[in-house]
Amino acid sequence: MFVQTLLTGLAIGGIYALMAVGYSLVFSILNFSNFAYGSIIMLGSYIAYFAMVRLGAPMWAALILSILGAALLCFLNERLAYSSLRRRRASSLFFMISAMGTAIFLENLVYALIGAHFYSFPEVFARTNISYHGVAIGVLDVFAIVFSSVTIYALHTFLQKSRTGIAIRAASYDIQVCSLNGVNNNALIGLVFALAGALAGVSGTFLGMKYLVYPTMGWITNKAYIAAVIGGLGSLPGAVVGGILLGVLETFVSAYVSSVVRDVFSFSLLVLLLLVMPTGLFGRYLEEKV
Amino acid sequence: MLQYVFGVISLGLIYVIATTGLAVFTGFTGLFSLGHAAFFAIGAYTAAILTYFYGWNFYLALLAGTAAGGLVGFAIGYPTLKAKLRTDYFAIATLGFGEAVRVLLENLPITQGARGLPGIQGDTNLPVLLVASAIVIWAAWNLIHSRHGRAAIAIREDFVAAEMMGVDIFMGRLRSLTFSAACAGLAGGLFAHYFCFIQPSMFTAYMSTQMTAAVVAGGMGSISGPVIATLIFIGIPEALRVANIWRLVAYGLLLVLIMVFRPQGLMGYRELSLDLVRGWFRRPGKGGKP
Repeated sequence: MFVQTLLTGLAIGGIYALMAVGYSLVFSILNFSNFAYGSIIMLGSYIAYFAMVRLGAPMWAALILSILGAALLCFLNERLAYSSLRRRRASSLFFMISAMGTAIFLENLVYALIGAHFYSFPEVFARTNISYHGVAIGVLDVFAIVFSSVTIYALHTFLQKSRTGIAIRAASYDIQVCSLNGVNNNALIGLVFALAGALAGVSGTFLGMKYLVYPTMGWITNKAYIAAVIGGLGSLPGAVVGGILLGVLETFVSAYVSSVVRDVFSFSLLVLLLLVMPTGLFGRYLEEKV
Repeated sequence: MLQYVFGVISLGLIYVIATTGLAVFTGFTGLFSLGHAAFFAIGAYTAAILTYFYGWNFYLALLAGTAAGGLVGFAIGYPTLKAKLRTDYFAIATLGFGEAVRVLLENLPITQGARGLPGIQGDTNLPVLLVASAIVIWAAWNLIHSRHGRAAIAIREDFVAAEMMGVDIFMGRLRSLTFSAACAGLAGGLFAHYFCFIQPSMFTAYMSTQMTAAVVAGGMGSISGPVIATLIFIGIPEALRVANIWRLVAYGLLLVLIMVFRPQGLMGYRELSLDLVRGWFRRPGKGGKP
C-alpha cells in the first residue's frame, strides 16, 4: 500500500513538476505569476485530443501538434496581453490582472464554443498495469514519468549549455543589464513564453490522457502553481522538487485521510509554508521588488 | 415590467455593497482577493441560518452576517498579511481559502450541504437595499478620506516608502480587508434574504471574478468608479439577456483590454463629482474625458 501510494504520487508529481517548471520559467524572467498558464495547458490538452480524434493522428503526432500549438498560444498571450505592459514598465499587479483576464477569457470561450463536455482520450496505452510484487503502475504513468524527466532534463541542458540558455539565466538575474550586454529582450521573452508553452503542451497532453479533457481542467494547474511556490517561484530545480513533493503528499492524504480534504490540504500547506518560509524551498525573492 | 426593473436594480445594489468593500481593499491597498465570494457566502449563511433555524430578527441577522464576514476576514488576514505575502501569493492563498469555505459549506450539517437552504424569508426589499448601500458607500468614503485612507493609498503607491514614513502596513491592510469582508458579509445576508434560497454552488469564482472585474474596470483608487461599473455589469447583461457564459468571456477580455489600453479604469483615481461632470461638457476632448 505504501509503495503503491508513493508510485501513484510520483506519477502525478511528475506532471505537476512539468507544469510548475513552466510557471517558474516565466516568473524568473518577468517576476509575476502567469495565471493564464493553466488555460494554455487546457488548450494544449484540447489540441492533442482533437488531433487524435478528429484528424486521427497517432499519439506522437498529437503530442507534437499540442506542443507547437500551446507554444504559439503562449507566445501570442505574451505579445497581446503583456508586451505593452512590459513596455510601460507596469507593476506586477497589472500583469497579474491581465493574466487573470486571459485565463477567464480562454476558459469561458472554450465553455461557450466547445461546451462543458468531458472528453476522454482514445486508448493509446492499453489500460493494463505493470505489476511487480503486488505493486501496480499504469503504462501511461510510466511513460509520463519518463517523458517528463527527459523533457525537464533537456530544458535544463538547454539552459545550462546553450548561448540562448545563458541569456535566459542572465535575464532572470537582471533583465536590464542583460539587455545592456546586447541581448534582444523582446525576442528573449518571446522565446521564454514559447518554451513555457511547449511544456504546457506536454503536460496538457498527459493530463488529458490521465484524467479527462474539460474547460475547467485548468483548476488542476492551480496545484502546479502551488508546487512552484513551494519550490520557490523562479527556481527550476525548486519547481521540480515542489511538484513531486506536492504530488506525493497529496496522494498520501487522499489515500490515508480523505480525498475530499485533498485540495484544502494543498492550499493549507501553501499558506503554512509561506508563513514559515516566504521564499519557498529554493526561492530567492523575499518580497516584491521595489 | 416594473417588477423586473426593480429586480435588476436590487441585484445591482447587492453587488454594489460587496464591490464597494472590495474597492476599499483592492483599490486602496493593491492586494488582490480571489476569494471574496467566500466572505459573501459566510455572511449569507450566517444571516440565513439565524433567521431560518433560530428565528432571529432580519436586521439583527444581517448585522451578525456582517460581523461574521468581518471576523473571518480578520482571521484570514492576520496570518497572511502579517507574513507580507507577495501580491500573487496572497491572491492564491485567498483562492485556496475560498475553495476551503466551499468544501466546508458542502459538508457541514447545519448548511444542509449541496442541497442548500430553501425557503428563507424574503425580507430584503428595495428601500432596505438603498439604505444599506448608502451606509456602506458613506462608510467607505469616510474611511478612505480618513487618516487610515491616506495611509492605505501610501501603501498602494509605494509600500517601502510608506513604511519608512511610519505607516503601519500590516494594520492598514488588515483594516481594509476586515472592512471589505464585512461589506461582503452584509451583501451576502441581503442576497440570501432576497433570493430566499442559497446553496454553496452560488458562491463560486464567478462571483469573485465579477467583483474584481468591476473594481478594475471602475478604476482602482475610486469608490464611484467601481459602483458605476457594477451597475453597468449587472444592468447591461440583464437588459440584453446575455447568457451567463458569454458574460464571463467578456469580463476576461475586458480585464485584458483595460490593462493594455486604460489601466487606470473608468474613473482612475478620481471620483464622480459635479465638477467632473461639468468638465466633460465644457472642454470636450480636452483632458475632460472620464
